[in-house]
Amino acid sequence: MSVLNGMRVLELSNERIAFAGKLLGDMGADVVLIEPPGGDPARSYPPFLDDQPGEDRSLYWWHYNTSKRGVVLDLDDARDRERFVALVRSADVLLEAESPQRLKSLGLDYDTLKTLKPDLIHVAVTPFGCNDPKSALPATDLTVLAGGGPVWSCGYDDHSLPPVRGGGNQAYHLASHFAVMSTLTAILYRLDSGEGQFIDVSMHAAANVTTEAASYGWLVAKQTVQRQTGRHAAVGPSSETQTLCDDGRYVNTGVPPRTPTEFARQYAWLKELDLVDAFPEAVFLEMGANWEGPFDLSQIGRDDTITAVFGAGREALKVLAGTLSAYDFFVGCQQRGLPVGVIYAPDEAYEDPHFKARGFQVELTHDDLGRTFRYPGAPYQLPASPWQLSRRAPKLGEHDDEIFGGG
Amino acid sequence: MSALAGIRICDFTGQLAGAGATKWLASFGAEVIRIEDPVRQGRWDILRGLDPFVDDRRGIDMGGGFNNHNTDKRGITLNLRTDKGKELLAELVKRSDVVTENFAAGVLESWGFGYERLKELKRDIIYVSNCGFGHRGPYNRFKTWGPIVQAVSGLTFASGLPDQPPAGWGYSYMDHTGGYYMAMAILLALIHRKRTGEGQWVDLACTDAALTLHGPALLDWTVNGRSARGPGKPNSNRNQWPVMSPHGIYPCSGDDEWVAIACRDDADWRKFAAVVDLPWCRDAQYASLDGRAADQDRLDEFVGAWTRERSKFDVQSALRDARVPVAAVLRPQERIDVDPSTGDFGLWPTVTHTKMGRVRVDGQPVHFSRTDWKIERGAPCLSEHTEEVLTSLLGLSRDDVAALRAEGAI
Repeated sequence: MSVLNGMRVLELSNERIAFAGKLLGDMGADVVLIEPPGGDPARSYPPFLDDQPGEDRSLYWWHYNTSKRGVVLDLDDARDRERFVALVRSADVLLEAESPQRLKSLGLDYDTLKTLKPDLIHVAVTPFGCNDPKSALPATDLTVLAGGGPVWSCGYDDHSLPPVRGGGNQAYHLASHFAVMSTLTAILYRLDSGEGQFIDVSMHAAANVTTEAASYGWLVAKQTVQRQTGRHAAVGPSSETQTLCDDGRYVNTGVPPRTPTEFARQYAWLKELDLVDAFPEAVFLEMGANWEGPFDLSQIGRDDTITAVFGAGREALKVLAGTLSAYDFFVGCQQRGLPVGVIYAPDEAYEDPHFKARGFQVELTHDDLGRTFRYPGAPYQLPASPWQLSRRAPKLGEHDDEIFGGG
Repeated sequence: MSALAGIRICDFTGQLAGAGATKWLASFGAEVIRIEDPVRQGRWDILRGLDPFVDDRRGIDMGGGFNNHNTDKRGITLNLRTDKGKELLAELVKRSDVVTENFAAGVLESWGFGYERLKELKRDIIYVSNCGFGHRGPYNRFKTWGPIVQAVSGLTFASGLPDQPPAGWGYSYMDHTGGYYMAMAILLALIHRKRTGEGQWVDLACTDAALTLHGPALLDWTVNGRSARGPGKPNSNRNQWPVMSPHGIYPCSGDDEWVAIACRDDADWRKFAAVVDLPWCRDAQYASLDGRAADQDRLDEFVGAWTRERSKFDVQSALRDARVPVAAVLRPQERIDVDPSTGDFGLWPTVTHTKMGRVRVDGQPVHFSRTDWKIERGAPCLSEHTEEVLTSLLGLSRDDVAALRAEGAI
């Protein structure tokens, strides 16, 4: 029994909201994915099983459509519209990302649907919100992140290089996260009141409020942040935080040592690795380790000794990184209380012992192929009402008979 | 009418990864009571005293980020080093639906308020903890903040250009997104409780949530054995799933001005080529997506040479008219004060903060037809609502509160 068992979600297939449907399906909702004849274009997105394109071989499709059943409906066809309406009567939530006028032109907008199903929760995801004419314009993950703020903050110290879009469909994920938060909020309200409602999710707005200080720095103090390599965009330049390790991988060195205990642990670590002689500034670390009273960080740049000790701590991190693999540097620093992160490729993170121990590697059987594959696991674990991949992504129209009764 | 009226959150969250979650709940009418430490003046949440500031005033009530993330919450202080402080917290837990925190693993338990104890106090309590690596697993004692979560979960790596170090995210994307997952977890647990009467503890790890954001890349690894690491990878301004070309962020006239262009298919390309109308647009190789994708470096140079002569808004307007996906890379000022689409959406509500006065903050990027969000009150000053909460909710008298204050319990 999971949280949303017994609740039906209709999803009009669209890459922008596929993740939202998956999040609801993985928590137990009966998600019915409605595709047009010929199927959703994302069925042909790479990567493919064994790198061979073909029907039901898109790993992109597999990922975003777990825990859903699939039907085909041509909403331009009157008979299929009747079937859709019948489905709406049986549903709790309609999730869609159609162009704003599309459902209205079909006589299937919220004002109509609510007369058929008064407590329907209708969630509409559009690029700029359903009342903005720009929502009818084409938009992609890239254009949403570029116009919506995230891209301005991401990239390199060298501003002759373009700013960078963060990878992995994050504009679609953002839209989906807000669609799910909205859906769950509306479900809670409906459980009390019996009332449904229409929810307008703007992708552009979602990006705009997911930029941290880029937005509130302007809102509060009219400050403009500038992008920097691998660290927070800031009004003025800050110190570098990425260092290359001995194995060619990078680490994020986070916050350098700031307390006598931390200086002492770092000095001991250098000694352990026999690096003290090769690092003349180690003498300052030793001074930091033996510091009497509080180490006053506000004196950096004013007091020569404090500046030298702090600088030695920062430099020592680089020396250690240059000697160790990124993983050993990460674990070594963390064991000494320093918040450092290895910069993993996603697949390297997936194989890390911590994520394995938390059960992040989940198996899902593809009955049609007679094979079992490892999938990404749960974003959250609710022990009383577990997350679960209840089924593989549907084939085109796979559940037409089951859902429409063969008629 | 509020969607979440009647739900009370006993809230220890801070920074953004936690505070962002309870901000969502508060904006839909949940009663969020923020609990802070009077001895350290709530400084665990460093944003309390950090810039940006509205004016020359400084201090723990003046942090602009703190105000942004803690709208419509009430704030009280309890000294949990004292028995009296612990008693007050116990009474508060008994009257709450949810306890939330994003401390390092084990902190709340070390104060005597682990899940078992919370459950004793309130049989169906929902407890949602949120930390970088979660409470279970080999790294549960490791410390994180946004950039560390992003590094370890692959997000930093997946953002960058070829032959460059990782660009990563220029902010704590996973503090925002960790907050979104925390909000989802709280809402899911509330729905479960409403249907079954059962509470639970959700051990949320920001790194787990972050790792789910790479689904296709992870399947490419587990199914095909292909790593995302390799020569020329990643190039996150390009699009590989599906391939689009041209697809990138191109320079425009002016200083540090850029425009993003995405030709999804041959139809987009033909529209794009009709606008640009230069000899290279007619190169036979470029007529097909495969042909363009095979020559992307050179094609990007052509496109960049064309955009460089134009302002980003001219490029945007020409390509929008042609129905090609395009967006000027907007600076904060442009998207907040110039681009009408955010203001028209009501995205920047003005709150009233007791000391700062009227300040604009991030709103929610959604609208509900029946129970829409409201963001009206600024973040609580330290201990601003201690007396109000202790008298109205716990039934103490003003004299009781004064005595507690005198003995250092609040």
